[in-house]
Amino acid sequence: MGIFSNKVAMMEAEIEAMLDEISQSGMIFVAAIREYLQGDTDKFLDRLKTIMDLESDVDDKRREIRYKLYTQMLIPESRGDVLSLLENIDNVIDAIKDVLNQFEIERPDIPDSLHKEFNELARASNEAVSYTVKAARSFFKEIHLINDYINKTYFYEHEADICESTIKRKVFSSDDYGDLAQKMHIRDFAEHIAGISDEAEDVCERLSVAAIKRSI
Amino acid sequence: MLTILFFLSSGLFLGWSLGANDAANVFGTAVGTNMIRFRTAALIGSIFVILGAVISGAGASHTLGKLGAVNALPGSFSVAFSAAFTVYWMTRLKLPVSTSQAIVGAIIGWNFFSGNPTDTESLTKIVSTWIICPLLSALFSFVLYFLIKSILKRSRIHIIRLDSYTRIALILTGAFGAYSLGANNIANVMGVFIPVSPFRDIRILNSFDLSSVQILFLLGGLAISLGIITYSKRVMKTVGNSIFKLSPVTAFIVVLSSSLVLFLFASQGLKLWLQTNHLPSLPLVPVSSSQAVVGAVLGIGLAKSGRNIHVVTMAKIAFGWITTPLTACLISYLLLFVMQNLFMQTVFY
Repeated sequence: MGIFSNKVAMMEAEIEAMLDEISQSGMIFVAAIREYLQGDTDKFLDRLKTIMDLESDVDDKRREIRYKLYTQMLIPESRGDVLSLLENIDNVIDAIKDVLNQFEIERPDIPDSLHKEFNELARASNEAVSYTVKAARSFFKEIHLINDYINKTYFYEHEADICESTIKRKVFSSDDYGDLAQKMHIRDFAEHIAGISDEAEDVCERLSVAAIKRSI
Repeated sequence: MLTILFFLSSGLFLGWSLGANDAANVFGTAVGTNMIRFRTAALIGSIFVILGAVISGAGASHTLGKLGAVNALPGSFSVAFSAAFTVYWMTRLKLPVSTSQAIVGAIIGWNFFSGNPTDTESLTKIVSTWIICPLLSALFSFVLYFLIKSILKRSRIHIIRLDSYTRIALILTGAFGAYSLGANNIANVMGVFIPVSPFRDIRILNSFDLSSVQILFLLGGLAISLGIITYSKRVMKTVGNSIFKLSPVTAFIVVLSSSLVLFLFASQGLKLWLQTNHLPSLPLVPVSSSQAVVGAVLGIGLAKSGRNIHVVTMAKIAFGWITTPLTACLISYLLLFVMQNLFMQTVFY
């Protein structure tokens, strides 16, 4: 029984650690965008490196959890739901890494007049990620709270959409943002950042179905 | 000895079919949902069914004995065989059937044939328990559902930990369920052989005694175990995957509720304790474990929304209360006639 209980505790800790890292990556993302906009390239690159390390760590943890869930015959009933939840939530950190990578490679020129909107967009996306992680935690431990967190995720995903639209309208209704190519470049990056909250929303969609199955 | 074994064979066959079918009520969902391996379930089920039969089997048998004390071995053979055949035949026809109801019908058939009066008080007691059993089981599962739901809400148990607790709970309730099944249903298998038991009391290793009735129950328990080991795997998989699609926690509630009901209808100790504490007690009567499970599932359905009530299933059960004993009674009467007039056997004194 001791060994069994130890295995259970280790698995719980691993899932918790994975969710912690995803939550952490959301906060680092906000800081990275702020530093990029301020032109602090060194700090931005440090953040990108941290995110890449976190992402690869999350991948390792996910594989380890999947292996253990099958070999140790744990949660046969909800195993499928748990694994697809972990795979989906892994997409969130992948999206964060991809967006920062694109910033690093393409180095979009974002005028000062759009910094406030971009920071807001990054914050809204991070809030969506943060509430998704909370929803995932409550799926594991406090199922009755899950809908509350899912609704908050939907709210911030919508907020991110509004920020994205505001940026696009602003860019395409004025001549201050360069030629069409530059305008489209700025638009793409607004869409990439808002895409993170879309990934978070996807996780919540699946979580809400899994939650119905999980209620006794 | 061979003659004795031949006459006991109908009871042993009834025991085997009980093990093959009813053990699935106890472990079906746990095995079907892969929470417990079949081998573990079969081992625990076999051991506890025998323990239940030998230790607590006497109570329910006593009531059956009052209904009609079959007093000749060929008569007991015919009665048990009629019940077994009814169970087999109705199962083939996909009609709901309960061993408990079949044996009662078969005993009444013997009463008619031998001219023994049927004790109407015992009969009323028995028939009323058929109705009380699923209702009580539904009530237990209804209450347990809300109780466990509220405990789970407060305790913030991680899904992985809850899974391991549920496994342990399913194994423990499975053991309790198998014990209750043995205690309650051994009367169906061996009850009619008690007045004609061919065995003598024995003392094992100078430490504990086995009465002749307990030896009968041990044999019956072994037959039930054999049924579990040889034939219940498929039934368990079916129960777990198709008929009652339950989550492991609700499966635990269903098994616990139905086992509690079987235990209430079987335990002399519990009855005595309830009586001495001026609490309402139930008559000790063999009841149907399948109907207890259906009742418990109904209780969960009511607790969840009230929309999951299968009127057709309920009607089928009520239909079985009438058709099973009637069929068994008729077959028993005919078989006793054949045994007496064709095989020249004494079926009553």
